[in-house]
Amino acid sequence: MTFIGLNHYLVVAAIVFVAGVFVMMTKRNAIGILIGVELVLNAVNINLVAFGRYHSTGSVDGRILALFVIVLAAAEAAVAVAICTNFYKNLATIDVDRGDAAKG
Amino acid sequence: MQTCSTYSRTVGWTTACGRRAVSAAALIVLLTLCAPVLAQDAPTPGQEAPSLALDAPAEVPAATSDSPVSAVLEAAFFYGFALVVIVSALAICISKNIVRMAVWLFITLGSVAVLYFLLAAYFIATIQLIVYAGGTLVLLIFGVMLTSKSPWARFEIKRGELLAAVVVSVLLAVALIGTLMGTEWPQDQPAEPHAVATLGTELLTTYLAPFEVASVLLLAVMIGAAYLARQEK
Repeated sequence: MTFIGLNHYLVVAAIVFVAGVFVMMTKRNAIGILIGVELVLNAVNINLVAFGRYHSTGSVDGRILALFVIVLAAAEAAVAVAICTNFYKNLATIDVDRGDAAKG
Repeated sequence: MQTCSTYSRTVGWTTACGRRAVSAAALIVLLTLCAPVLAQDAPTPGQEAPSLALDAPAEVPAATSDSPVSAVLEAAFFYGFALVVIVSALAICISKNIVRMAVWLFITLGSVAVLYFLLAAYFIATIQLIVYAGGTLVLLIFGVMLTSKSPWARFEIKRGELLAAVVVSVLLAVALIGTLMGTEWPQDQPAEPHAVATLGTELLTTYLAPFEVASVLLLAVMIGAAYLARQEK
């Protein structure tokens, strides 16, 4: 009789993932979309750490993968914010729907 | 007209400041609540955290703790902070203001860090707080400040787009949670937590190549971001 199992964490992660996808679909502000990506990456991290915790031998792999995901998220956020400032400099808005200059 | 707009903007700032004060208070409460968990679950090498050992199967001899209090406490912490994570993630979805979204994201990230603590991933939780809540979020807020004339700018989306997004999200949520509920995992008992030293050893032996690649990636990102965001002459 354990109160909290693997599925509890996975359900929380699934809800955060869906919230992130929803944010990515509904926000037109580029920074808002970035916030959605951060939510999705966090959901993945919860999954990785939870699976590592409930692995039969208590493998450390899930935790190390989570660490790499955090590193990649930080790198991605830095580049994305740089792109956003460039976008704003060129178009004077951060609305992603306005960035259709390359549209065929 | 100008006066009116200035007035409304001032009112907006005041309201937002009040809400942020409330959020900050909530976060302080959150961190205060963390303290007993940290004290209770402090990892000692060679010894299990007490909350993990309850009702472990008989073939795990090291599981000695029989205190139901710790299990109840763990469940209470889990449900409390899972609720905070879910509520703040949904608040990000419905808030239109980018600054409020950032504040809610801050609360989400902090609560996810508490979930990592409950999963006995102490190092990951610390890194989550330092890198995400401390670094990435500040970067996002700087991005907000650099890219909007008024941080309270709103971007409305079309009703059809919103409907499509809601439908897709609900379908995805139902599919994911339905699949999870119908799955029997081979193991549902937590394993013994590792010391942080194991993480470091693994990182510098088994995972040395990805570690080095990540460092090169960070260097490339640093140069690339500085190049992209440079001031034009």
